[in-house]
This record gives sequence, structure tokens and C-alpha cells, in this order.
Amino acid sequence: MEVFSLTARACRDLLGSGEASATELVDLYLDQVERVDDRVGAFLLVDREGALAQAAAVDAKPRAERLPWEGVPIALKDLLCVEGMETTCASRILKGYRPPYDATVVAKLRAAGLVLLGKLNMDEFAMGSSTENSSVQLTHNPWDLERVPGGSSGGSAACVAAAEAPWSLGSDTGGSIRQPASLCGVVGMKPTYGAVSRYGLIAFASSLDQIGPLTRDVSDAAALLDIIAGKDPMDSTSVGLPAPIALPTRTDLTGLRFGVIREFLGEACEPGVRRVFDGAVAAIHAAGGVCDELQLPSVEKGLAAYYIIAPAEASSNLARFDGVRFGHRSEGASDLIDMYSRTRSEGFGEEVKRRIMIGTYVLSSGYYDAYYTQAQKTRTLIADDFRRAFGQVDYLISPTSPTVAFRIGERTQDPLAMYLSDLCTIPANLAGLPAISIPAGLSDGLPVGLQIVGPHFSEQGLLEAAYAVEQGLGLSDLPPIAEAAR
Amino acid sequence: MSGGMPPRSSMPGAGDGASGEWEVVIGLEIHVQLSTNTKMFCSCPVTFGEEPNTMVCPVCLGHPGTLPVANERAVEYATRIALALGCRIAEHTVFHRKNYFYPDLPKSYQISQFDLPLGLGGRLDVELDDGSLFPVGVTRVHMEEDAGKLVHAGGATGRIHGADYSLVDFNRGGTPLVEVVSEPDMRTPEQARAYLTQLKGLLEHLGVSDVNMEEGSLRCDANVSVRRPGAPLGVKTELKNMNSFRYVQRGLEAEIERQISALEDGETIVQATVHFDPVTGSITTLRSKEEAHDYRYFPEPDLVPIEIDEAYVERVRASVPELPAARRQRFVADYGLPAGDAGILAANRPLGDYFERVAELSGDARLSANWVTGDLSAHLNSTGVGVHESAVTPEALAGLLALLGDGTLSSKLAKDVFQVMLETGRDARAIVDERGLGQISDVVELEGIIAAIVEANPGPTEEFRQGREKVLSFFVGQVMKQTKGQANPKLLNELLRKHLAG
Ligand SMILES: [Zn+2]
Repeated sequence: MEVFSLTARACRDLLGSGEASATELVDLYLDQVERVDDRVGAFLLVDREGALAQAAAVDAKPRAERLPWEGVPIALKDLLCVEGMETTCASRILKGYRPPYDATVVAKLRAAGLVLLGKLNMDEFAMGSSTENSSVQLTHNPWDLERVPGGSSGGSAACVAAAEAPWSLGSDTGGSIRQPASLCGVVGMKPTYGAVSRYGLIAFASSLDQIGPLTRDVSDAAALLDIIAGKDPMDSTSVGLPAPIALPTRTDLTGLRFGVIREFLGEACEPGVRRVFDGAVAAIHAAGGVCDELQLPSVEKGLAAYYIIAPAEASSNLARFDGVRFGHRSEGASDLIDMYSRTRSEGFGEEVKRRIMIGTYVLSSGYYDAYYTQAQKTRTLIADDFRRAFGQVDYLISPTSPTVAFRIGERTQDPLAMYLSDLCTIPANLAGLPAISIPAGLSDGLPVGLQIVGPHFSEQGLLEAAYAVEQGLGLSDLPPIAEAAR
Repeated sequence: MSGGMPPRSSMPGAGDGASGEWEVVIGLEIHVQLSTNTKMFCSCPVTFGEEPNTMVCPVCLGHPGTLPVANERAVEYATRIALALGCRIAEHTVFHRKNYFYPDLPKSYQISQFDLPLGLGGRLDVELDDGSLFPVGVTRVHMEEDAGKLVHAGGATGRIHGADYSLVDFNRGGTPLVEVVSEPDMRTPEQARAYLTQLKGLLEHLGVSDVNMEEGSLRCDANVSVRRPGAPLGVKTELKNMNSFRYVQRGLEAEIERQISALEDGETIVQATVHFDPVTGSITTLRSKEEAHDYRYFPEPDLVPIEIDEAYVERVRASVPELPAARRQRFVADYGLPAGDAGILAANRPLGDYFERVAELSGDARLSANWVTGDLSAHLNSTGVGVHESAVTPEALAGLLALLGDGTLSSKLAKDVFQVMLETGRDARAIVDERGLGQISDVVELEGIIAAIVEANPGPTEEFRQGREKVLSFFVGQVMKQTKGQANPKLLNELLRKHLAG
């Protein structure tokens, strides 16, 4: 078996036909982790024993009694709570933390019989666009190990690109699934806000966070979304999807109108990215779709609004890490305030501290209206822009990231340059819209992603459109690490 | 309510300083723990007195990744309270996060309400001893969650500063709370206490809380300031966590005295939180800086706004039990009770229910009211037992009243039998039979006794026949002596006259 040729569906088929046992599949991926992860650095925790035990249990079951996806491996971003399995958000403050419960998506994966391989690296508390803010380790882009995988779900994207797992789950607050998917040449999808339960997702910004799939192709994304979506009584903001997600079949885009977001093709957009994007537009035309440029005047304010709302919510969400009940507690504090102060100073990294301070500031009395209230108004304007646009077109397209993967260390000293990585992805979070990034080609040997954004709860249609574009582009590039592994 | 309520215009004691009159301004913030089965945002049971940290789950411990889900019953109870206080119910109400660090607050924010509370603009008509009504405005009624409880070990202060170590019990954390904020409409500590008493009665009546100040299911903070009459409001202080009605009044008296004497001495009042020590009677001021919180309120993104429609409000309104004021009027109108009795029975829902049951069974409402507000209440008050735990059920009391009505028992004997009923829980008939306490109403038996006495006393008999009515009491005394007081007095009177008349 060639691990790079396997999608999750292919794994399912091998299990179904009896060509591979669940244990063989798990071994295949654990071997690949063994072979490449010292260079890629995607995994924070490999649960070899747990995965093999789970696989053995699947193998012990008669094939006829198994669920469709039973025995297919998966890996999780390290902010999804798994009962008893260390879950740290790549932060020192949660080192050693073992949640007493399963996240709803984890319970759904278990119910479907998927095998948990382990936990994946990320920017600390999902704050970042390169996974360089992990307090544990760097993750390297499988296409060029000198470069970042994107972030914050960098481990989730890199592990799929390096075939260390057939698919993974990540979370997307401002592009944290789509941007690393784009930079690592895989498919990443952020569902409509409320489609997937957030219960057990350690929150960064509650009103923006969504869990979503990172996969090798669009069909796998559809399959994984179907497993994890649904209204959850434990999450008041969840609503689920109007119908189960079917595997996409559409190859013809005739009758569909695509709006090209002009604001995202400005000077921030690299020429190489623009070239690949134009190629994707041509492929849409070739498949019968119509592409028109249109303007979303408010989206350019998205970045500013995001960097008020997300830190504001984060400053409150992360306040529970106080050393009292779990996680890190500083030794030798002289009193309560000192304990809080030392615990949090020692436990959080620079970027997390920066955002907590920004968030605390914008919520402070006297500043709230100038920042938070204005940002919420901007958010409404952006949602209105999208609503108007969807009156004219079916889907909106743009590059997922204005640039290809950048070099490790290149932007760590310049937070604003780092923040620009999410320019094209943030507006969908602010408006709560579903969006997918699919590989659109290479620029100088590095992947470029195409982002497609749809109206609320249009996931099925969005996946059908993405599938048609994917078929039209017909890409088959593999990262160099695939060759090196042979 | 004790001591009577002075009218608003004169405020003896509290308001007079050496340099002239001061007006006191008091507003109360009352926290009410709701008696729902489960907590505000998780499914842990609401309990009191369990082993520490046994009634907890990942949600109410604030574990990362957990989310709150609002308790529908708590929203209903809060709506009930808001409606009973005459508040306007918001069509759109929102939870906010109130951010501050404290070890008893697991998420380091409390889910509360801010600018879009459930209820706004209500009023509680506080009834004074003379029956007049004193209106206190209700600014708002909002929902929130309770914090855990800290236990400080070592150190002299009993507070977290100076303790050797502190332990947290999260059993209470997440208990549903309703906060009722009054307008600064009260002018004396007595008025504040009367408002609190009436509000407690109302909440008890609504069946939404245990309203037990000692156990903390009802807690009171007071905002208090003084000013020259007609002047703008003075600087207020907040008197925190007073856990009995008496302490509320005493704490307010002490703080008012402190403020007036400070102002008389030319000092200024600093906005601060103050604590009243009921043991020493003294006030401790926490420096305002120490307490200056910026709670950074913002809408709770983990909860959706609650949209309340007319139908819901009407449904809850229908579930609100008859309110004390309406009940009092009904007791006067339907049962012909004196206003005083009606007021006592209406103020206490279980007592009122008890009364109605006795009245229904006995068919004599006034007599029932006399007994319920008299002997029964006296017993309940002296023993501290709730009416629902009384050894004498409404059925048993009605049974006693029946024996009183048919002449089996005199009023005096009925009181004695009632005491036995309270002690033994047995019914009146059984006690009367066992002890031979029934009145002698048997004409033949009484006539035999009377005939013998008349025959043995020819002198007094002759005097009566000559018109000396007073002699009758001599014969009554004789018969009573012989029957150990059990002769039916009315019947005795009748028969004596007949026999004496010859
Ligand atoms: Zn709980």
C-alpha cells in the first residue's frame, strides 16, 4: 500500500473489502509518522497504544457488523478535548491537562468507529498563522521543510500533506483551517457557524470558532463533515445542517455564477498566487461556470474588526487558566494576586499575552464603545456585503492566502505582516459563512489554495461546486517528502 | 415587621445630626437562589450541605471547552418574579459576561445580565403596620449564576488575605440566581427591612426559592447615602452580604450613623464597599481602590439571546400564584375576615393555604382564621416549625372546630385539647373520648344533677324565685363543681332556670 495514494475513502474501501485490517492501516500511518514526523513535527502526542487497541477491537468485529467508517484513522488538533488524553492547545499553561470529558465531535468520531491516532501541533490557543506560536515545537511544511505550514491548524494540515493521517480535524477562527490547508496543498473546510458543535473545543473566540475537516480531497471533506455536523444540546449556538451531507458528484458548473472578490486581489496578493488563481478561474469557465468580479467594500475592514472581537472574547475565554483548578500553577507565589500573575506570565506565550492585553483593553470601560461596539457594527456591515453579493452570485471566490508558505521566522517579529495572512479568510468567520480551500496549483513548487465561500448552510452546494472545480483542475502533485519517503 | 414604620416625612434617629436634618437614601440589591432542580447552565443538582465538590461537572467547574446551556425552568422562575414585581418583560434579553478573577469563580467570569435584563421597571407595594402602602420601585430583575464558596484556613481575618490557605467548594457554583435591584426609594433602615420582609414573603409565595437568609438562598446588599433634604444624592457606600433581617437593619443604622458623623465632622464620604460586623456592631471600610473593578461586560457569545413572546409571558403569568395583596382582599371579601387576620394569612402562602383548607372543612372561616392566626401561629412561632410540618393537619384542626361547634367542647377545653393534639399528633375526638373531656350535654344527666342541687339548697332557690337573678351563678358554680366543669354552659343555664322556676 502506498500511503500517499490513500484518501479516507480508500481506507474505508480497503477495510470493507478485507484487503487491509484496521490494525494494518493504523500501523501504516504510525510507520509514516515514525518515518517523517521528526522532520515535519505535526504530532504533539501519538497514542500508539490506544490506536492499536481501538484497531484491534474493530478487527475483532465481523465486517458485516461494522459501521461504514469504522477503523479509519484520524488525528486531532490539540484543542479538541479527549477524555483522559493530554490536551494542551500547545500551551505551557495546559501541560499535563487531561480533560474529564470528550468533545462532542470526538464522541461523534468514536460513535462512527474512527481510530484516534493522536494530537496535532498548533499555534498556542489557535492564535497565529504559522504554528510558530506553539510552545512545544515547530511544524514544517511538507512541501518545503524550511517553511511554515500555516496556522493555527498547522499540524492538522501538515499531517495530511505528509500522509501521517488520511484526514484530520482542525478549528477555524479567522482562517485557521483554510490558510494552512492552502499552504500545505490539502483541502480545508470551515462550516457555517453553528453547523458543528463547539462543545469540547477549547475556545479562542467563541463567536467565530468552528471545527472542520482537513482532507486530501473534497469528497473526504464532505464525508468527514457529515460525521461531525449536527445540533448539540450541549452547545446552544449549534444548529446543525439542514440535511445529511452526501458525497459530491457534480462535475459541470453550468448555471453557477462565481463572484471574484476584487478586494482580495490587491497588492497584498503575490503575483504567483494571482497566476494560480487566474488558472482556477479559467478552469471554472471551462467547466461552464460564470465568473464576475465584484466588490465587498466592507471586507477590507474585516482584519481590524477581527483583531478587536477575537482578542476581546479570548481575553475572557482564557481567564479561566488561573492556576486554581487545573493546568500550570506557579510555585512560590506570595499571595493570590501574585499566584495569578506568575501562573499566567509563565504559562502563556508572547502572542497569547499580546491578544489578552488587546482584548482586555478594548473591553475596558471608556474604550468599549470605540472599539468593541464599532467592531460589531463592522461585522454587521460585512455580513450585509455578503448578503448583497449572494443576491447576485452563487459563490464567492478568492485566493485563500495572499501568499504561499513563508519561511520559518520570516514574520515572527512582525505581527502585522503575520496578521495579513488571514486577510482573505477572516470575513467568512465574521459573517459565519461556510468556506472551503482547495488546492489550485503550485507557485514555484509551493501550493496555492482557492477559497470558495457560500451562503449560510449551503455546505452541500459548496462541496459540489468545489468538487467540480477540483475535477476540472485535475491536480496530482505530491509534496517532495512523498518522494523522499519512497 | 416590628417596631412600626414611621411616616416618610419624619425620620427619628437615623436622620438627625447636630447640624440639622439629614435625609437617608437606601436602595437594596437582593440575590435570590432559585429552587430549580438543576443549576443555571449545567445539569448538576442544586443542593445545600452536601460533601464539598461532589455536585459538580466539567461545565460548572469551568473546564476548557465546556459551554453553558441556559436552564429553561430558571428563566421561567425569573420571569415569574419579574411579573410578580410588575416588571416589563424584555422581548429580547441577553446574557453578559462579568469578568473578574477570584478563586470561587471557575471561569473567571460570571454569566450575568447587563444592559438587556429580563425585567425592567417594576414596583413592590410594601405594606406598613397601619395597612397603608409604601411603594418601592424595582429598577430591574436579572438572571445570573452563583459562585462557589471559599473556606479560609488559618489567619485572623477570616478573609483570603492573611489566611494560611483557602479551599473552594464548587457545589454552589452555577446555582441559578435572580437579582432584584430596587430604586433608592427607602428612607429608613426600618423601611428597608419592611421591603425585604415583604419581598421574601412574595418570593416564598411564588414558590421559586427557599428564601433562607442563614443558608444564603436570600442575600442582601444595600446602597446607602445621606444628604440634606432636597439636595442631590450623596456619595453612596455598598453594605455587603448581610445574612439576616436584623443585620440588615443594624448594619444600615451603623453605616448611616458613620456617614452622618463623618459629614458632621467635615469629612467626605468615599464610594466604597463596607462590611458590618454583627458581633462588634462596627463598620469596616474597604478602600475603594482595592475594590475598583472594571468588569469588562460584553455579550456572552456562548449563549443565544432569549426571545420572549407574548404567549410565553401569558403562560408564566397564569402560573403565578395569587399574590399576597390580592389574596388579602379576597380573604376580606369572601370570608369576611378582619383586615389584620387577612393580612397575616395572605402574607404567608403556606399559612394561607392551611387556613383555606380548614375554613372549607369546618365551614366557619372566621373561627378558622382565629385559630390559625392565634393558637396555631403562636405554636409555630415558638417552635420555629413550618406550617407544612405542623403536627396538626388542617383536617385535624377542622375536626377540633367541629367539636367546638356542636358544643362538645368549650373554648377553654378546646384549647387544652389543641395542646394535646400538637404534642401527640392525635385527633381531637380520640383525645376527648379517652380523657372524658366532652361537655355534658345530656339533658337527663344534667337534670338529675340539677334536681339534687336545687333540693339541697332551698334557701337560694327561694331567693331566686323572689327575683334575685344573681343567685343563678351560685347554682352554676355548684353544678360545674360537681361535673368538673364539663357541663354545657348554655344547656345548664336553660335547665337551671326551668328547675328553679319550679
Ligand atoms: Zn455542573
